[in-house]
Amino acid sequence: MQYMFLIYSAEGSGPQQGTPEFQEMMNGYMSFTNGVRDAGIFEAGAPLEGIDTATTVRVRGGAAQTTDGPFAETKEVLGGYYILDCKDLDEALAHAAKIPTAAYGSIEVRPVMQM
Amino acid sequence: MARVRDLELAEDALQDALVAALKTWPAKGVPDSPRAWLLKVALNRAVDRIRRSANFAEKREQYGTMLQLDQMTEPQETDHDIPDERLRLICTCCHPALGEPAQVALTLKTVGGLSTGEIARAFLVAEETMAQRLVRAKRKIKAANIPYLVPGAEAWPERLDAVLAVIYLIFNEGYAASSGDAHVRGDLCREAVRLGDILHQLLPRETEVGGLLALMMLSDARRPARVERAGELITMERQDRRLWDQAQIKRGASLLIATLARGNIGPFQVQAAISAVHCEAPAYAATDWKQICLLYEKLYELQPSPIVALNAAVALSFACSAEAGLKSIEDLTASGELEHYQSYHVARADMLARAGRTGEAADAYRAAIALTENTAERRHLASRLEALNDTSHSRHSRESGNPEPRQ
Repeated sequence: MQYMFLIYSAEGSGPQQGTPEFQEMMNGYMSFTNGVRDAGIFEAGAPLEGIDTATTVRVRGGAAQTTDGPFAETKEVLGGYYILDCKDLDEALAHAAKIPTAAYGSIEVRPVMQM
Repeated sequence: MARVRDLELAEDALQDALVAALKTWPAKGVPDSPRAWLLKVALNRAVDRIRRSANFAEKREQYGTMLQLDQMTEPQETDHDIPDERLRLICTCCHPALGEPAQVALTLKTVGGLSTGEIARAFLVAEETMAQRLVRAKRKIKAANIPYLVPGAEAWPERLDAVLAVIYLIFNEGYAASSGDAHVRGDLCREAVRLGDILHQLLPRETEVGGLLALMMLSDARRPARVERAGELITMERQDRRLWDQAQIKRGASLLIATLARGNIGPFQVQAAISAVHCEAPAYAATDWKQICLLYEKLYELQPSPIVALNAAVALSFACSAEAGLKSIEDLTASGELEHYQSYHVARADMLARAGRTGEAADAYRAAIALTENTAERRHLASRLEALNDTSHSRHSRESGNPEPRQ
């Protein structure tokens, strides 16, 4: 059985970059990742760029609508995810518009942080 | 910009190059290919800046760029060889993944060359707020990898629409002056016309670009007559038509004729044609309202929005009667769709006043005043309301002007 883990937190609520607390948190992430990797249960995982970089795509009446920012409809719940390797945001947005749920829900496109 | 792939770095490097030009050119003379000279110096400075960058992570990220730049030694380019970067820049600035305020600010900053302070003043926000908006937009371009290119055929119509919308938004911010100091706003109109002109030079075959430019030129030509010294807005009926810029009207009209001849009609071209009919009338009473009605019908076909329906009704009220105009928006009134739209109440108030329905007209003026932020326009509407009371006994009002149709 595969499970997806969705990591939520308010922007800026955690330890700030450059502080010892931040380093401690990063060490925590590293040991967690290594732990699940060693246990052979790691499938995929990566941090995302900030909410500032999000773009949302919806298809209504057959036309793709692109807006700045994350999805905002609180009734919509996360139903799945893809990680695709695209050459730029335009290519990513073109794929997003082809995901069937875009026709009634929203697809939030966020760059995966380069590590 | 295409070569350094970082808007902030590109800006800084060009800034350096311009400073170098100011130091060198007066003494040594302007080089034969000034653009090529600037580009070469800017590229060198970009490399320097990356080398100097204190942040190691950033350095590593840009190291590849630096190597690439270094390999482009002594580019033997002349001005002629450099492709026009402005279209790509405009497309990036108006990318739909950026918010509208960010699109407008970025376009004015990078294509229009306005300073952050100037843009902040024009949009009535603190300079710091505008600076943050720009930084955030540039950061998103970089982090989300918004491409720096002219989109392919498939995405082109939608993206061109987005670019035109941004330029028209800049124009309207200056023209309609929803709030604030009228003087700064006029600069925005001129800037929008200039941006439209650049785009038209880059895309001479796109008829809607020609249509938008003609529309802005024709509207802007009437601007000197629109505002009194006290900042009061003057309706088209009371405008001194001698103040209209006839040379610009002529340029706008001939651009429109040339554009329409290409036979690819669109909403901006129809709006420009409506504006041209207004400009051609030697006096308000001589306005060809029948022609304007037909054009609004065409516009509604292309763009069936309640606002177009409202403007069509105003034209009809002059071509036929105020009652006919009111009748044509009965459905709109019943739906309450434009209840929060100030121009709807102004237009309706005027038609009601002309139809002699004074009580209803007064209510509509009050609704309009409640929705008006611009102080000059508030004063103007209040004087209309007052005039309504003065003339409620005699139907022949001194000034039964209609608001200038707006899209």
